[in-house]
Amino acid sequence: MDLVGLLGFNVFTGVATLALITLGLGVIYGMMRIINLAHGEFMMLGAYTAVVAVDAGVNIWVAMLVLPPLIVGLIGLLIERAVIRFLYGRMMDTMLATWGISLGLIGLVTTLYGNVVRGVSTPVGSFEIGRYGASLYSLVIIAAALAALGGMLALLRLTRFGLILRATMQNPRMAAALGVSPDRIYMATFALGAGLAGLAGGVLAPISGVSPAMGAAYIARAFITVLGGGPAIITGTGLAASLFGTINELVAFRTTPVIGDVVLLLAAVLLIRVLPQGITGRYLRRSL
Amino acid sequence: MNPTHPIPGAPLLAVEGLHAGYGRIPILGGISLTVAAGEAVGILGHNGMGKTTLLRTLMGYLPATAGRVRLAGRDITAASPTARARAGIGYVPQGREIFPALSVRENLRMGCLLARTPEEATIAGILEVFPRLNAYLDRPGGALSGGEQQLLALARCLCSDPRIVLLDEPTEGIQPSIIEEIVETLRGISRARGLTILLVEQNLSFISGLSDRVLILQKGTITREVPPEVARDRTLIDEFVGMA
Repeated sequence: MDLVGLLGFNVFTGVATLALITLGLGVIYGMMRIINLAHGEFMMLGAYTAVVAVDAGVNIWVAMLVLPPLIVGLIGLLIERAVIRFLYGRMMDTMLATWGISLGLIGLVTTLYGNVVRGVSTPVGSFEIGRYGASLYSLVIIAAALAALGGMLALLRLTRFGLILRATMQNPRMAAALGVSPDRIYMATFALGAGLAGLAGGVLAPISGVSPAMGAAYIARAFITVLGGGPAIITGTGLAASLFGTINELVAFRTTPVIGDVVLLLAAVLLIRVLPQGITGRYLRRSL
Repeated sequence: MNPTHPIPGAPLLAVEGLHAGYGRIPILGGISLTVAAGEAVGILGHNGMGKTTLLRTLMGYLPATAGRVRLAGRDITAASPTARARAGIGYVPQGREIFPALSVRENLRMGCLLARTPEEATIAGILEVFPRLNAYLDRPGGALSGGEQQLLALARCLCSDPRIVLLDEPTEGIQPSIIEEIVETLRGISRARGLTILLVEQNLSFISGLSDRVLILQKGTITREVPPEVARDRTLIDEFVGMA
């Protein structure tokens, strides 16, 4: 029974982690059809923001949860203005450009901070599920994922900005005829997606080795979750993360984490084969 | 009437020698026309004559390769669609372009972005003009019939109280009962608010029912102007434009 409890907790954590690392990518891809190959590096910048801020004596919660989304969102804004905005509607070009940006960011951070693994100590301890110990920090990850998904949902559904985002996503030309500047909306969306990636990096900094190349560890999983989720960004991310996260954790528990990742990829390939438009391409199509 | 609207009679939209096209294929070969404030001008022409291209160029989706467009004296030839919308041009495009996944109410809220009155009051006001939309407020725009979508597109456009409305074939693919309703509604608003309209159409009874003047568009140029009574007469019009 204790084991079931632990396993269930780990599944929740795995799902939350997957949702957290996917959301920023999903926002940028779903809203703008831009495949942001620098997504992992945006996460890396978020993690570095947390490490550097903690070293500078900033409160750890501020360093993890507040500064990374703000700083990486700002970096995303600058990159959108400097590069991405000239490439809208050209998918291959944006992929190449963001790939170049990712290499540049890895090089820049390596130059500034060295090619070493750094870390932040977890700010909370552990608790017990029966005979097993579990990290309280997992609860922080789950809370952060829920807050990010819920916050995005509230933004899209309840605010005027969210309404304009949804309308622009559906038909940018018509939105322009009603006074919206699609250019500004894309700029804000890219910054928002980058900020969410930064948040994921900041939250995961205490439980992952923070190094310039750390983004590579996340990007593949984030991509297949976006593709598996389909057109509804929030619901799709939540559902695909739940499905893939559960499969991954259960298989990893029975075998090894490496095989867990392999089975996750296989499950994704199967899902895309059966539902080429992702889960929300067929089900819950009216959701956000 | 809104105080920012110009005095009726003064030219609101002035187009001079407008050229535009897709890539290197010219479509418009020097269009000149004026629309006075409070006036409804219809442009009649059949498919392929450049009606939609003209409105798309006036809205700024297609660049003008030559010529000039002025709105209330201000040169807007190079302005973006966003800037033109903010300057007071309303656009009801061909195919209606309702946001399909937004509800009818949300579509109207998008129309209110440039409104000078509060959103709630603006929508309540527009629903009095388009009472049929009341029943569908929470339905997705994509679930409405073509005619209902056309009414919604008009209502959404009028929410911002534009200085001039560009109407692209509002009768295309719409059942006759709603065409009547659209004509009646537009005439009503025209009288109540002094609405200025530039309409392109090939439906003779619609264009003659709504327009004060009718211009004939052939192969990318305005070939002549006829009174609306003439446009109503199919045999006369056949002589002018070969509309069979």
